[in-house]
Amino acid sequence: MLPLALLLVVLIGGCGRQAWNDPYRDGQAAEPIFYSSFAERPKHFDPARSYSANEWAFISQVYEPPLQYHFLRRPYALVPLTTDGMPEIREYAEDGRPLPEDAPAAEVGYTDYILRVRPGIRFQPHPAFARDTSGGYLYWPLVDDVLQSVNTLGDFGAKDTRELVAADYIYQIKRLAYAPNHSPISSLMGEHIRGFAEFAQTAKLARERRAEEKRGGGWLDLRQVPMSGVQEIDRYTYRIRIEKKYPQFIYWLAMNFFAPMPWEAERFYQQPGLNEKNINLDWYPVGTGPFMLTENNPNLRMVLVRNPNFHGEAYPEEGSASDVAEGLLDDAGKAMPFIERAVYALEKEAIPRWNKFLQGYYDNSGIASDSFDQAVQFGTGGEAELTDAMRERGIRLSTAVETSVFYTGFNMLDPVVGGDSERARLLRQAIAIAVDYEEYISIFQNGRGEAAQGPLPPGIFGHRGGIEGVNPVTHRWIDGALRRRGIDEARTLMARAGYVDGRDPANGGPLILYYDTPAAGPDSKAMLQWYRKQLDKLGIELVIRATDYNRFQEKMLKGTAQIFSWGWNADYPDPENFFFLLYGPNGKVESKGENAANFHDAEFDTLFVTMKDLPNGTERQHVIDRMVTILRDQSPWLFGFFPKSFSLHHAWYHNAKPHLMANNTLKYKRIDGASRVTAQQAWNRPLVWPLVVLAAVLVFSLVPAVRGFRARERSRAL
Amino acid sequence: MSAYIIRRLLYALPILIGVNALTFLLFFVVNSPDDMARMHLGGKRVTDQAIQSWKEEHGYDKPLLFNYEAAGAQRLTDTILYQKSVRLFLFDFGQSDSGRNIGHDISQRMWPSLAIAVPTLLVGLAFNITFALLLAFFRGTYFDLWGVVICVAMMSISGLFYIIGGQYLVGKLLNLVPISGYDTGVHALKFLILPVIVGVIGSIGSGTRWYRTLFLEEIHRDYVRTARAKGLSEQLVLFRHVLRNALIPILTGVVVVLPLLFIGSLLTESFFGIPGLGSYTIDAINNQDFAVVRAMVFLGAVLYIIGLLMTDISYTIVDPRVRLD
Repeated sequence: MLPLALLLVVLIGGCGRQAWNDPYRDGQAAEPIFYSSFAERPKHFDPARSYSANEWAFISQVYEPPLQYHFLRRPYALVPLTTDGMPEIREYAEDGRPLPEDAPAAEVGYTDYILRVRPGIRFQPHPAFARDTSGGYLYWPLVDDVLQSVNTLGDFGAKDTRELVAADYIYQIKRLAYAPNHSPISSLMGEHIRGFAEFAQTAKLARERRAEEKRGGGWLDLRQVPMSGVQEIDRYTYRIRIEKKYPQFIYWLAMNFFAPMPWEAERFYQQPGLNEKNINLDWYPVGTGPFMLTENNPNLRMVLVRNPNFHGEAYPEEGSASDVAEGLLDDAGKAMPFIERAVYALEKEAIPRWNKFLQGYYDNSGIASDSFDQAVQFGTGGEAELTDAMRERGIRLSTAVETSVFYTGFNMLDPVVGGDSERARLLRQAIAIAVDYEEYISIFQNGRGEAAQGPLPPGIFGHRGGIEGVNPVTHRWIDGALRRRGIDEARTLMARAGYVDGRDPANGGPLILYYDTPAAGPDSKAMLQWYRKQLDKLGIELVIRATDYNRFQEKMLKGTAQIFSWGWNADYPDPENFFFLLYGPNGKVESKGENAANFHDAEFDTLFVTMKDLPNGTERQHVIDRMVTILRDQSPWLFGFFPKSFSLHHAWYHNAKPHLMANNTLKYKRIDGASRVTAQQAWNRPLVWPLVVLAAVLVFSLVPAVRGFRARERSRAL
Repeated sequence: MSAYIIRRLLYALPILIGVNALTFLLFFVVNSPDDMARMHLGGKRVTDQAIQSWKEEHGYDKPLLFNYEAAGAQRLTDTILYQKSVRLFLFDFGQSDSGRNIGHDISQRMWPSLAIAVPTLLVGLAFNITFALLLAFFRGTYFDLWGVVICVAMMSISGLFYIIGGQYLVGKLLNLVPISGYDTGVHALKFLILPVIVGVIGSIGSGTRWYRTLFLEEIHRDYVRTARAKGLSEQLVLFRHVLRNALIPILTGVVVVLPLLFIGSLLTESFFGIPGLGSYTIDAINNQDFAVVRAMVFLGAVLYIIGLLMTDISYTIVDPRVRLD
């Protein structure tokens, strides 16, 4: 078998000058193609529905909302993408009277966002736009012959395009409200966009009417159903009317939810027979972006190819001094995108993914825990740096603190750890000291994190670093560094709470608390044991209630959990997107909102309402400082940590600056194909001699085998 | 034989109904329709209204087993169990809960599974039988002893070790073939070599030991002694008599797994990035996609029944004494 396999290897690998273990077809490495991988199969590519990072990694290269984040500027800043400027924002009183910019939020009845689309932008080539000589749509309605002959979108021979207009953005906003699209933000937008909820109801009735009348196809022309808050002013201009004031709305305009959708595409995909072939809008996006998805095989590979109709965009010319030093402005002003194609291979397991990165077959990679020590070491000052082996290969490391928080919460409805009693507050504070997140980060995160002093991560307005940012309940600032308070101080707090040495006065035994977690697998055992040990320092017995995620969610919804861990990844870089996790009316039990701790504090809630409408500035900072103080004092959360992302990329991969808000960053990447080919050939020279030796050993071992066989043949039967 | 086959196919019907009902019960004991909706709608900003809308859209807004509010037969038919099961028996798998056409997905994903499973089975079978015959031939010698020891050692090692070790040695150290991945047509060949080698090596321990036992059992039978007494060489005894008579249990083991080759191997496909059916079911379980889970369990049951039927038929081919009537 092995000699045969050897022969096959030599025959297949020996043809051409490509490395034998190259997973791509011959010659492609030299081309400006970006190679990467994905671990989880994306579920939805419909911009109205998609809300996961692994889906946005693809569709953000295809769809273009009106705004985007500046690639290099920090703190994160919005800039126009398809509009000819930032939206014009006008505030009005309820009676329609225009208000000045600094009008108090209470006076604002509604706010208008006026957006002007740049003329001349065209959609990617798509069969939905194709027309015949008489001007009719070529693939609408679809004839049976065509339907029989297609299996993928690429099988449609004719493709065409049309210009992007304001109506395409309006159509998409209506899609957000249309129930069959299951948009996760429909409820939120229903609270803010005027006429959104009414539209949803009207569209639902129209749909039901169509179903009763059994009129052809499943497509309801949403253009015919009006939404009062969204109006087309002219071919390129539209207006979105927001109830009262919602300054965070502008961030939503940089998300795929608000990307344009041509009605022709939705009508095309909803024709009978296409969905049975998995040809639908949820699978084949139609956009104006720099790339288009030409191969969608989530079981194997996703391929994005440069959109020939892309309107063009120049690489940013403005950046910091460190950007200049790192060569991030070398391409300033040049036309994007720089790559022709991006190939993402499905790689479920971390080990093959890592090895293929080291062989040069993936241009970038994250770092799994198993490979961390091989790739990264910490210097004397605690700074992360690459190991010699990585540096020798020219690999580079990028790190950034994520705009996420991983916290441990107390259920404030719980009679022991919750509520606003002094006893419970002191108990929570004591636990906040005892649970040593610096140790957690070191053990379970390979140092990839920053112990949180409050709910706001670095990079979000309101976050304070250094001595100003110390949480006095849990830490002290000593010799220019944060130091966690000693366990004795926590024990003192316990005693003040009535739990001397962790004893529960009700029964004299150790205080028993419960930690609910969906982490039931063997991998989580060490972590759960660690939590137990942390509370054991106070004499508290922590009972782990591990369950599956469904039961865990159920407990959280019913408010029967006591202590739990959860995380939040910011939608946009505004403090409102973190503080709303602790805003009383968002309580999980009360309103099924995102306030999982069910925290309710009258002052905090009032401050939240004020803060969310304020512009970034001194006044807002003061309000935030007070809110953080309340949270530290009440301690509904152990603030946990802000994860740090570590990513590696090869020397031929340029313009790699981590951006934790933007997903449309593929257009900035540049690949030096020639360097990649050289490196791949150097790193992947086949070693044939061990196989030759093995084959020789096998051949020589045949000699005694044949002798033995003959001797056996000649011997007497047993 | 036709009557026997028809009878067996009729027996299969209640088995398939039972399998379907059991899958349904087990799945919904662990996952409620609300859980499924939450999983599909994502972790953020999921409202009650969105959950209700998702359930209505996917037909999970009905009672599970019995509809008290309906009248007559609808009490049974207007339920999730009935609505989700009836088309299954016509092999209409419908849409997955994430909106994909299951039949289309299965028809695409079974080929990569077969591309690995068939050569692994055939090469493994040839190698294991040859090796087992050698051990039987040299029975009682050091060669046999060490062969068995090596087989036991190979059986004791996890399949994962062979996969990771194979990828490291062949793909990374020797740089002979890609570590993982897949391609279409003739380009798929270089991706198949390593998983097939790993699959074959992983099966050597158990396969060889099993076949060796079968051969040794035959070797001590009277007809073998008679053959030797006639003066036949050991080689002829082994190939003409022992191998032929040991074919029945070998066939039992092989034919029954033939239909299941479509289903693929979870571990191998996952580590080698092969887009087969092996990971399809487990992905569906993780994603709480009941439509795919029931379709795959149903398909697995059908294939298993076909495998058993084929085994019975193959008995009559290799042993003329066996009659199915």
